[in-house]
Amino acid sequence: MNHYLEFEKPLAEIEGKAEELRAMARTNEDVDLEKEAVALDKKAAQMLQDLYKDLTPWRKCQVARHPNRPHCKDYIEALFSEYTPLAGDRNFAEDDAVMGGLARLGDRAVVVIGHEKGADTKSRLHHNFGMARPEGYRKAIRLMDMADRFGLPVVTLIDTPGAYPGKGAEERGQSEAIARSTEKCLQIGVPLVSVVIGEGGSGGAVAFATANRVAMLEHSVYSVISPEGCASILWKDAEKMRDAAEALRLTAQDLHKLGVIDRIIPELQGGAQRNRTQMMETVGKNIDTMIDELSGFSPKKLVAMRRQKFLDIGSKGLAA
Amino acid sequence: MNWISNYVRPKINSLFSRREIPENLWTKCDECGTMLFHRELSDSQNVCSNCNNHMHISPRDRFAALFDGGIFTELEVPAPAHDPLQFRDQKKYPDRLKAAQKATLESEAMLIAEGEIYRTPIVAAAQDFGFMAGSMGMYVGNAIIAAAERAVATRKPLVLFSAAGGARMQEGILSLMQMPRTTVAIQMLKEANLPYIVVLTHPTTGGVTASYAMLGDVQIAEPGALICFAGPRVIEQTIRETLPEGFQRAEYLLDHGMLDRVTHRQHLKEELATIIRMLTGLPALVKGDLPKPDETPAPSVAADAPSDPAPKS
Repeated sequence: MNHYLEFEKPLAEIEGKAEELRAMARTNEDVDLEKEAVALDKKAAQMLQDLYKDLTPWRKCQVARHPNRPHCKDYIEALFSEYTPLAGDRNFAEDDAVMGGLARLGDRAVVVIGHEKGADTKSRLHHNFGMARPEGYRKAIRLMDMADRFGLPVVTLIDTPGAYPGKGAEERGQSEAIARSTEKCLQIGVPLVSVVIGEGGSGGAVAFATANRVAMLEHSVYSVISPEGCASILWKDAEKMRDAAEALRLTAQDLHKLGVIDRIIPELQGGAQRNRTQMMETVGKNIDTMIDELSGFSPKKLVAMRRQKFLDIGSKGLAA
Repeated sequence: MNWISNYVRPKINSLFSRREIPENLWTKCDECGTMLFHRELSDSQNVCSNCNNHMHISPRDRFAALFDGGIFTELEVPAPAHDPLQFRDQKKYPDRLKAAQKATLESEAMLIAEGEIYRTPIVAAAQDFGFMAGSMGMYVGNAIIAAAERAVATRKPLVLFSAAGGARMQEGILSLMQMPRTTVAIQMLKEANLPYIVVLTHPTTGGVTASYAMLGDVQIAEPGALICFAGPRVIEQTIRETLPEGFQRAEYLLDHGMLDRVTHRQHLKEELATIIRMLTGLPALVKGDLPKPDETPAPSVAADAPSDPAPKS
C-alpha cells in the first residue's frame, strides 16, 4: 500500500480518485472512464514532479523517514550475495538495531554494517526503530576489526534516528561505545565507505560514517540533532521543526557544499520509496565505484587520507 | 511620570551601572543553599564547604589553581570559519556568541594552556560550561587538535577537563564532525605514546561524552558530575520510567565500570601529577613546599635531581 506523507495529501486525493474511477469502470461496463483516469494520472505525475522538485528541508526529513524507503535489510538482500550475518558484541548481547556481517558485493568480499529500522510494527520493535544500544556499536567495532585483519573493505549503511536513549544503554556505556566505534572507523586500514540511505541521526550515525567516502541519497538527511529536538531546545517549541530543519542545513545538498559528504546519489521521481529496485541498484553501483576509487592504496595511506579528510572539514563555508 | 528615568538613555545607563555595583561577595550553593564567602569559595576552587558540591569553575580559575604558582602559558587556537551556516533561531548565532563573550570575557568555550603541575610539564585543555554551555563547535575541535599537536611536538601529556551540554547546534553538521576530528587528535597522542587523561566535570553530555571525553587512558570524574550521552530528561520522556537515584552521576558511572576514579577537586592536582609521573617515567612526586618555578633557574633540574630525596613509602 502507498503511504502518503503529510505534504503529499493532494497527490493522494488525485491518485485515489483515479483508482476509484477505474474500480467503477470495472464493475460498470457501459461507462468508459479510462480517459478521465488517464487524465488524472497525468495530473498526479505532474504534481509529484512539482512536489519533489524543490523539497524543503523539513519535507526532506519526512521523505528520509518514509516507511516505504528501502532499508538496510533491503539493500543487503538486493545488492549483496552470500550475506552471512555475524552477531553479538561478545560482552553482553546482540543488538538487532544493527545488522552486520560478511557478504559479497559482486565478486568482492566485504563487511557490511548498517542500521535497520524495520518495516512493520513487529519488525520495528525487533530492530528498536534503528536505535542502537552500546552492543550494536561494539559489534560493529568487532566486525571492523575483522575486516581490518583480513583486508576486506567495509560498507556502512546509515539510517538511524540516533543512538537509543535508555537506562540500560547508558549504564552499559552508550557514549563510550560510540566514541570507540568512531575511533575504530579512523583506525582500520581498509577502504571504508558509507551511504546515508535515510536518516543520519547524530552521534549514532557518526559512529559508522567516519569513512573515506560518504555518500548521501538525494533526499536523505544527516544532522547533529533532529529538527524536533533542536526546535524544542532553541525555540522552546517542538512545533518549530520546520525552522529548525531549515537552519540546521541537514540536506545532502547543503552537506555537499560544506564538504562534509563526497557524493549525492540521485533519487528518481518521487523519491526512493517509489522506485525501490532502481534506487538500490544505483546505490550498489555507487558503492562499487567508491570502493574502486580506494583500492590500490596501502592501509597506512587509507588511514592517513581518512584522518586528513576529517581534519579538513570546516574549511569550506556555505557559499551564500 | 518619572521623567528622570526616561531621560537617562537605558543603554548608557546599563553600561555604567554595571561597573558601579560592587561584586557580590556571597554566593549561594545551588545544592544546599549555604551562603559562601567569595574568598573562601575561590580558595576551595568553587567547592561548597558544607555539602562538597562541585560548582562550575571557569577554565582560567581552574588553571590558576592547577598549575604551579598559578603560572601557565595560554596556547593559540586557529580561528575557525565564522558562523558557517548563517544559523539563526530566535537569535542570530553571532549575537549569541557575542553575548557569551561579553558574559565570560573569553573568546570561546575552551581554553588550552601549557605549564607545570608539581613540576610535571603538561598541556591542558578545559571546557567552559559558562560559554554557551561549553558546547562543542569548530573552535573547541580546533582547540583540542591544537592542544594535541602541541603535546606531541613537546612530548607532554594532555589533561583535558570536559564540561559541555553537547555539540553546538548552531554549527549543525560541522559541530557533529568535531567528534571524528577530536578523535583524530586523541589518536595522535596515543600514537606518540603520550598519556591522555580526561577529567569529566559537571556536566559532560552528548557528543562530547561520545567522543574525546570517553577516550582517555585514565578517566577521572569530579564528584557528583552528570556524565551521559542522553540526558535524564530525554530518557524519562522516551522510556517513561523514573530513573534510579544518582543515575548518570560520577559515582554511578564508577560503579558501572565507566570511570577509573572519582576525585575531589582539591585532590586533582596531586593525583594528576602522580599518575602522569608514573606513566611518563618521572621520579615520584616530592611533596612539601616547592619553590615557585620562577625562583629556580631550571625547573627540570629540581624535578630530575632532588637534592634531598624525600623518603617514599
